[in-house]
Amino acid sequence: MRLGSGVFAACCVVIQVLGVAVFLRGFFPVSLRPVSQVQPQPPAPEPAAGTSSNWTQLPPAIFRKVIIMLVDALRDDFVFGSKGVQFMPYTKYLMEKGFAHNFIAEAKPPTVTMPRIKALMTGSIPGFIDVVMNFNSPVLLEDNLIGQAKAAGKRVIFYGDDTWIKLFPKHFVEYDGTTSFFVPDFKEVDDNVTRHLDTVLKREDWDILILHYLGLDHIGHLTGPHSSLIGPKLKEMDYILKKIHISLLSKEKEASLPHLLVLCGDHGMSEAGGHGASSVEEVSTPLLLISSAFHRKMGNLQPPKHVQQTDLAATLAVGLGLPIPKNSVGSILYPVVEKRTMREQLRFLHLNSVQLSRLLQENVPMYEKDPGFQQFKVSEKLHGNWIKLYLEGNNSEVLLNLGKKVLKQYLDALKTLSMSLSKQVAQYDMYSMMVGAIIVLEITILLLLSTPKALCQNAAFEIPLSSSSFSLLFYLMVLILSAVHVIICTSAERTCFLCSISWLMAVGVMMLISALLCVIVALLTKTFENVRPSAQNLAASSSGWSELDLLILFGTLGHVLSLGASSFIEEEHQTWYFLINTLCLALGHEVFRNHFLGKDLDHNLAVEQNIKKNAKNVLQYKNDYVDVPETSKIYKASSSMELLPKVYEKWLQLASPWFILICCRLLRTLNQTGVQWAHRLDFGHWLTSSDHKIELSVLTCLSLIMIFVLVQRRCSSVSKVAMALGLLGVFCYRAAIGNVLLPWQRDRKSISKGIIEARFVYVFVLGILFTGIKDLLKSQIIFADVSIKSLGLWDIYNGLVLLAALLLRPHNLPVLVFSLLIQAVMTKFIWKPLKHDAAQVTIMHYWFGQAFFYFQGNSNNIATLDISAGFVGLESFIEVPALFLTVFATYIGPILWAIHLLSFLSSENNRSSAISHASFCYALICSIPVSAYIILVTSLRYHLFIWSVFSPKLLYEGVHLFITATICVFFIVMDQTNLIKP
Amino acid sequence: MGERLQGSTMKDADIKRLFYVHIFCIVSIILTTFIPSFFLEDFSVLETHLTWLCICSMCVAIINVVLYLQVKPNPSSKRSSIFHKISRLLKSCVYFFISCLLFHAIIVLYGAPLIELMLETFLFAVILSTFTTLPCLCLLGPNIKAWLRVFTRNGATSIWDNSLQITTMSSVIGAWLGAFPIPLDWERPWQVWPISCTLGATFGYMAGLLISPVWIYRNRKQLTYKSR
Ligand SMILES: [Zn+2]
Ligand SMILES: [Zn+2]
Repeated sequence: MRLGSGVFAACCVVIQVLGVAVFLRGFFPVSLRPVSQVQPQPPAPEPAAGTSSNWTQLPPAIFRKVIIMLVDALRDDFVFGSKGVQFMPYTKYLMEKGFAHNFIAEAKPPTVTMPRIKALMTGSIPGFIDVVMNFNSPVLLEDNLIGQAKAAGKRVIFYGDDTWIKLFPKHFVEYDGTTSFFVPDFKEVDDNVTRHLDTVLKREDWDILILHYLGLDHIGHLTGPHSSLIGPKLKEMDYILKKIHISLLSKEKEASLPHLLVLCGDHGMSEAGGHGASSVEEVSTPLLLISSAFHRKMGNLQPPKHVQQTDLAATLAVGLGLPIPKNSVGSILYPVVEKRTMREQLRFLHLNSVQLSRLLQENVPMYEKDPGFQQFKVSEKLHGNWIKLYLEGNNSEVLLNLGKKVLKQYLDALKTLSMSLSKQVAQYDMYSMMVGAIIVLEITILLLLSTPKALCQNAAFEIPLSSSSFSLLFYLMVLILSAVHVIICTSAERTCFLCSISWLMAVGVMMLISALLCVIVALLTKTFENVRPSAQNLAASSSGWSELDLLILFGTLGHVLSLGASSFIEEEHQTWYFLINTLCLALGHEVFRNHFLGKDLDHNLAVEQNIKKNAKNVLQYKNDYVDVPETSKIYKASSSMELLPKVYEKWLQLASPWFILICCRLLRTLNQTGVQWAHRLDFGHWLTSSDHKIELSVLTCLSLIMIFVLVQRRCSSVSKVAMALGLLGVFCYRAAIGNVLLPWQRDRKSISKGIIEARFVYVFVLGILFTGIKDLLKSQIIFADVSIKSLGLWDIYNGLVLLAALLLRPHNLPVLVFSLLIQAVMTKFIWKPLKHDAAQVTIMHYWFGQAFFYFQGNSNNIATLDISAGFVGLESFIEVPALFLTVFATYIGPILWAIHLLSFLSSENNRSSAISHASFCYALICSIPVSAYIILVTSLRYHLFIWSVFSPKLLYEGVHLFITATICVFFIVMDQTNLIKP
Repeated sequence: MGERLQGSTMKDADIKRLFYVHIFCIVSIILTTFIPSFFLEDFSVLETHLTWLCICSMCVAIINVVLYLQVKPNPSSKRSSIFHKISRLLKSCVYFFISCLLFHAIIVLYGAPLIELMLETFLFAVILSTFTTLPCLCLLGPNIKAWLRVFTRNGATSIWDNSLQITTMSSVIGAWLGAFPIPLDWERPWQVWPISCTLGATFGYMAGLLISPVWIYRNRKQLTYKSR
């Protein structure tokens, strides 16, 4: 099948987007949705057969006060193992005396503090997608224990890791946070917590006290779990526990209800001292529940039972007389309630199983077939019978036996329910991830293999699709993959995304994978056949690489490599600024050389260089190269320069890279993004502060005028007027929503949503876009001059510029101005006179687009996403337009530069294949980082920063690839109009 | 034939001289990290970085000037008057200063803070100029045309041009690569601005000094051919 390289590239990127989507679906499995928290449901009444029970209220609290002592990275053997015996004597004593129930609580990966705190307090297993769903606020919105406690009027005090304060910003009556980022310190962080202890233990005005000790985790990170520092730290913790326990005991004499002291860890510690992954050492944490209510006979010290970390939330809720958090997947730790009366015990277990079965109903379509649900129904019925007997006043042995039977039924039901619920939740769906990654990789390899042919003169080449799709290899692959699919889907305990889609689609995916593989194999064999004769040719042409090509190559490679380090992802803007700076310097060098050496050295050398430069246009395949009439090019270039006197022209050209460098440096100061330097003062903050409203207004006004000046020279006369009115509308919109001041109304207080103004601008945006499309259609139908087509493209570009001006926050308008300015300067002084080929121009556009993505204040963190853009001109949140506007506003830089590339190339029109080459290069350069990153993320999926750094970047990359695919398709549509013409 | 032979032996002698000069430079740079600690209290490359920076650039400058004036391949026109020499010297100084300013400007454009840490940035620019501009001034004189010729592809014609090209490129690339560790969150003392960059430049310069004689020796045939 013969395909143009542009069409080929667009197809590839579209398939790649599918691959990335499958990968993302596997990487972010849709976990249990937080149930909408509109109204608190009344507690489920006690079941009763026949008569209705009189107990519809929540059962009362078991404990009066609860102290949670969370020791970060407390591993199970620190308490239960030899270290515990040696360093935690008091804890050991409590366990031996029977004051404590001891468990080993299993934490789910990622074993990182924040998700673990969430798991402890909500009982659910948080997935990253939950974080995305309520991005912008790290506040825990899900139903949780602290929220319930606050609603019930309980007073919560917290000391320790400030992650809690971010999660629960308004829940604590008193708190003192310590930051966990300064790892080398392991004394101060704990002293900061302990210093409050003496006073707070004396007081009576709290119900829940949470202490989060970080020192042990820091020691682990520094020196590992076997260091000599661990012992003293454990001793310190033991001492604190003793202090708390004794003070609680002394108070209990007056109080009616007992107190509860919980000692637990959020996650364990690997043998290297870190955490985050899923090794046994990292997921096993001790959980000690200490209370005088548990007092048992001495001597029966049992080995700790294995439970889930999520069980704590349900247990604490019951213990405090609170409703169990809605999304909790845990079951009550039965020993805690075993001393209560049978009726109470059954009531607690019933409440827990009702909550779990509700959660199951909401998340599993076939919930009735779940064994846990069936068990629950049976036990509820039995429970009803028991209540009936009980209410009838029956007190015989029968009642006790039945009660024990119901209890056992309930415990089994709870276990099964809890199991089937936690299976649902956030685990990497490795199968989908693999399939997605394979598709993405295959596409990238395909693109890389076809690069030499795709960039040849006629920009079209043979894809061995039909021959390979009938080959034996193809059928073999399909068969094998289908077999693998069947095996995985029948054996996997968890549900995979690919197993849940219809088998027809699954077979389609398998066929796609094998077809791609066959095409790659065919291409490879072809290339190897061709390589031998033309090896010399290749070597010769590779020496013709200019400094610019080398820079582009190494810059791309360097950027891809840098994605492996979390700091470089956090500070990716630095990479791009660095690269475009270097690019500008290289261009400056080229311009310089072009001017001074082109004349002074002997003519031969210059000509030689010139030929080399042209030869490199068609890098590898010199034999395909049909000489472009050079004289006509030179003539064209010189004719465009005749407008200005030669001398000025020369100096302007020499100064242009420096001008661009200065522009970029100015833009850098506008928005300080990233992590390390994010706190530095930037110009953007200065402008947006309310004291500098006048300056901001002036700047906005100037920027809008500049935008008009820069844009109007390429507008048709109609759209020129529309543009002017639209920009005026933008200013009115900003004035209406109170960002800027209109000169005649200095102190207007009323601030509207600016709906009318924004829609006024939208009308002009659509008008300009419509004019552009009309021109494009005209150029296609009436076989008119190419200039009409480029005029149409420029109109579309201008429409997008107007939309960008509306959506960008006013202090970011200079970004748009400089973007237009740099584009104009580059076009006039660099790309045209230096005659860069389409591939080089494309990659420069891509680099600048990336840099502008960061110039406008974005970062690889979800927190910088500007969702306000989604509400411009909308009365309320409407999903589709809001999503479109947000994505466009976020990716203004890359999109505008890409569309500029298209308009620039089509208006240059020196070679018909330019646009195909451009779209191919664009697809290639976008897909390389994505595929590299997908492999990286898969291998780093248990990294400490996977949720905080790598996952957001993955989402950004996914959206970027989607935009790239859209742009490539747009390129092709534009190019096709060119091809239809004779 | 004889002429060519003579030429090649001359080349070999030149390469040898170049090699010794470079080794001397490298040794002196290494010495600057040790020697001053005998005279200055608590001197170390990382902690009192600026002091080391000044000492190192001074040392390299002196060695360059002395050695290149000694072993200069073709002494400048013999009939130049003292006046002419002085004007050349002044011109060289001005050029050196300009190159410092230019480097400073480029570093700021790369994102170095404009006002704070100005001294650090400037000293970084100075050491970069010492590694790049100063050898050019010594070898080529204040002659921009000649510089341009040397720094274009295939423009270097002699051994000395080539070694200039290589050392300059490698020190600039070293400084460029030296900027990469800055965003990493390792919180090491050498990640502080501009230590990693200056160290990168120094290592690059030293690598260039080592590489250039080797490279020239391996490519001496082509060089002989080109200079004809
Ligand atoms: Zn932790
Ligand atoms: Zn940690």
